[in-house]
Amino acid sequence: MYKPTIKRPSLRAVKLPGLAFLLAMFFGGLLIIFSDSNTLKHISHPLAFIKAGGVAVWQSYLALFEGSVYNPSLATPHDSILAWYPLSETLVSAAPLILAGLSVALAFRAGLFNIGAQGQFIFGSIAASFVGFHFQLPIGLHILAAVLAAIVAGGIWGGLVGLLKARTGAHEVIVTIMLNYVALYFLVWLLGTTSFLRPGRRDPISPDVLHSARMPLLAGSNYRVNFGIFIALAAAIFVWWLLSRSTWGFRFRAVGANTAAAKTAGISVPFVMTSVMAISGALAGLGGAVHVLGSDFSLTSGTAGNFGFDAITVALLGRAKPMGTVFASILFGALRAGGGTMQANTNTPIDIVLVIQALVILFIAAPSVVKWVFRLKNLKSTGELAAKGWNG
Amino acid sequence: MSLELRGITKSFGALVANDSIDLRVETGEIHAILGENGAGKSTLMNIVYGLVAPDSGEILVDDVLKNIKEPSDALASGIGMVHQHFMLVPVFTVAENIVLGHEKSGFGGRLELSAARARIKEVSDRFNFNVNPDDLIEGLPVGVQQRVEIIRALIYDAKVLILDEPTAVLTPQETDDLLKIMRELKSQGTSIIFITHKLREVKAVADRITIIRRGKVVGNASPDASQDELASLMVGRDVELVPEKFSHTIGKPILTVKDLTIRDITGRALVRNVNFEVKAGEILAIAGVQGNGQSEVARAMVNLEEFVAGSILLGGDEVIGMSVRESLHHGIAFIPESRELDGLIASMSIAENLILDVHDQPPYAKGIQMYPNIVLSESEKRKVEFDIRLQSVTDPISSLSGGNKQKVVLARELSRPVKLLVASQPTRGLDVGSIEFVHKRILEERDAGRAVLLFSTELDEVLALADRIAVMFRGEILAIVASGVTAQELGLLMAGVVNV
Repeated sequence: MYKPTIKRPSLRAVKLPGLAFLLAMFFGGLLIIFSDSNTLKHISHPLAFIKAGGVAVWQSYLALFEGSVYNPSLATPHDSILAWYPLSETLVSAAPLILAGLSVALAFRAGLFNIGAQGQFIFGSIAASFVGFHFQLPIGLHILAAVLAAIVAGGIWGGLVGLLKARTGAHEVIVTIMLNYVALYFLVWLLGTTSFLRPGRRDPISPDVLHSARMPLLAGSNYRVNFGIFIALAAAIFVWWLLSRSTWGFRFRAVGANTAAAKTAGISVPFVMTSVMAISGALAGLGGAVHVLGSDFSLTSGTAGNFGFDAITVALLGRAKPMGTVFASILFGALRAGGGTMQANTNTPIDIVLVIQALVILFIAAPSVVKWVFRLKNLKSTGELAAKGWNG
Repeated sequence: MSLELRGITKSFGALVANDSIDLRVETGEIHAILGENGAGKSTLMNIVYGLVAPDSGEILVDDVLKNIKEPSDALASGIGMVHQHFMLVPVFTVAENIVLGHEKSGFGGRLELSAARARIKEVSDRFNFNVNPDDLIEGLPVGVQQRVEIIRALIYDAKVLILDEPTAVLTPQETDDLLKIMRELKSQGTSIIFITHKLREVKAVADRITIIRRGKVVGNASPDASQDELASLMVGRDVELVPEKFSHTIGKPILTVKDLTIRDITGRALVRNVNFEVKAGEILAIAGVQGNGQSEVARAMVNLEEFVAGSILLGGDEVIGMSVRESLHHGIAFIPESRELDGLIASMSIAENLILDVHDQPPYAKGIQMYPNIVLSESEKRKVEFDIRLQSVTDPISSLSGGNKQKVVLARELSRPVKLLVASQPTRGLDVGSIEFVHKRILEERDAGRAVLLFSTELDEVLALADRIAVMFRGEILAIVASGVTAQELGLLMAGVVNV
């Protein structure tokens, strides 16, 4: 477990997620073909149909790439680097997703299925933005205070779930689903109160966080990419250390893999459940902070978007490993950033991105499909991760 | 009906599970197949029963070549199998279980059972099975459930019956009953293939014995051969079936259990007013048929039971109320009944399993920082000390054989300072070689002056190791007897008969 994780980051580990993604892109391509009116005109001429379909898929996926990584048409004579603007957008989307994904991944490793990253993310964004717009603090200190507030808020919201499970046996899946609603409606209510309502506005939107509390930009004011991505990467390293180099992580993994044996060896299961959910919640809360302090700057009822739910997807895609989650999040950030460009430049609706994301999970949860398509044996499965949460 | 296997070969990857095995079972013969766990017995029988496809080889029934691809082919050829783990639906009746998969519907789609009921009665009477077709499976003792499985095979006209480790789950009395049934079946012309690693039963009932070791037939033996001969054929070297036990002085009481009562969550008492004492250098065996409260007593020693009353004094300190961790670190080594469920974490490495209990203590950790390299180097030492056969300590524990897994548990538990060793079914499912190792190690602990509390359902084990024997029956200690008791007396006590 120790050395091998470094020595053999084997190809096998990325095989299933990689193939699942390819397969999802393939079916996404089919959907593009059959939803493209231009292609469908040729349906009676197989060759022309295939050609037109190929063009449609190529153009859509090219637009997806141009919207997420590099778009030469954005470059100007003075600034050729501007062609990389989409990559900045990808990283902006990826940073909160990495943190929320780590939250789910960490809980997975301790055998808990944290569906509640969404709620914890919401609490993190509430705390961070409140500190961000309500207090006047010196630069540096302000951002630190806002981030800490988010960590604490998310941590409490997550820890509550662990405590309930440890004390009463309440299933974390049910509790977190319910607490997501509580968090969402708490946010909606909060946005109607005087302290959160933006002066002069009647619609539910909070004041902008002060400049002193915003994440520093990394590449100048033309790009939105900010310090949040470093926070996310640092958190990934922290989670890696926690899981593979700390006594806490050892206990998390032990309880996650076999609760009865961990208990028999003297590990306190209630403590592990509470602490892992608190740390998990803190990570999601930190994701909320990176989102509101890095790119959104204000709270609305839709602040959390789909981050907390995509987090489950990226954690599964990343095999609940910190680095895997980082890569999966960047991939999803790219899909998110590129989807808009694809919709604008081609006939392909942005929903294809959602279909691809959904198919990825479907194939990961049903590895036998991937095995069958690619005629593989001995494929390492991550499906058990998804199933595990329900047993405990 | 006779059954002949010719040149059966089956490999799983690099492992050759069956290497051109030839075997002939005559009509009306009890043919024992003796071999250690992993020798290839189960694979061979699964091939005969159509559950596994062989790489090569032929199966002949009454000298006619049969193509057996799935269990239905085997049944059609007259081969029936009773698995080690029963395939019965607990909430169904005997008759419902037996018609399962062959249901006939009567008027309006109603399940038609009367014919099956009559057949079950008939078979049951013919062989003295004493099975009522309308009993619910979940209310029946394990031995009767097994008879239901046998009836199922017989009803579908099995002439060759494969019994896969049939006595593993039975009490001594039930085992005797089964052996009687096997003789009865034989006398009426059924051939039986009896898979086991228990030498005494083989000698008691078999007509011929085939010994399999590492996928090969290594020889045949007659039931007249001594247990030691059979064991050495099975293992491939001389083994000490009964470990040598030196007499030595027994010291002061280490463990005193008073009025121990354990309840389940509904408040029902599983263990009532149990009292015993274990002294330094003494092995107290708690014998009993599975499910008479021994498991709960064992778990209570390290506070794994929730609703416990009474007192457990270890060297004068009250154990009840401590956390599991405190009781372990207070000098109790605990070998849980199920190493797979409670002893080991299958997906973690061997090295990590070796330090589950002390992972947060020096030298493995300082504060919350762990030192993986020290974990590895220490586990290399344990590997040597406990003779754990492994490729790399970083492999997952699931790569080890049962015996080596148990050595990992032993190595972990005996690496703390120990006053009391609590060993619950320490040799369950192990092969002869590993049993020998575990027994020796337990005796070493005793000789080193530790108190040993041994929980076992195996008569031989209890008799070989114990200095005193307490028999548990229905949650109470029925009697505490000296080690000179005979197997028969002990068996009767385990069945709840006090006036021996």
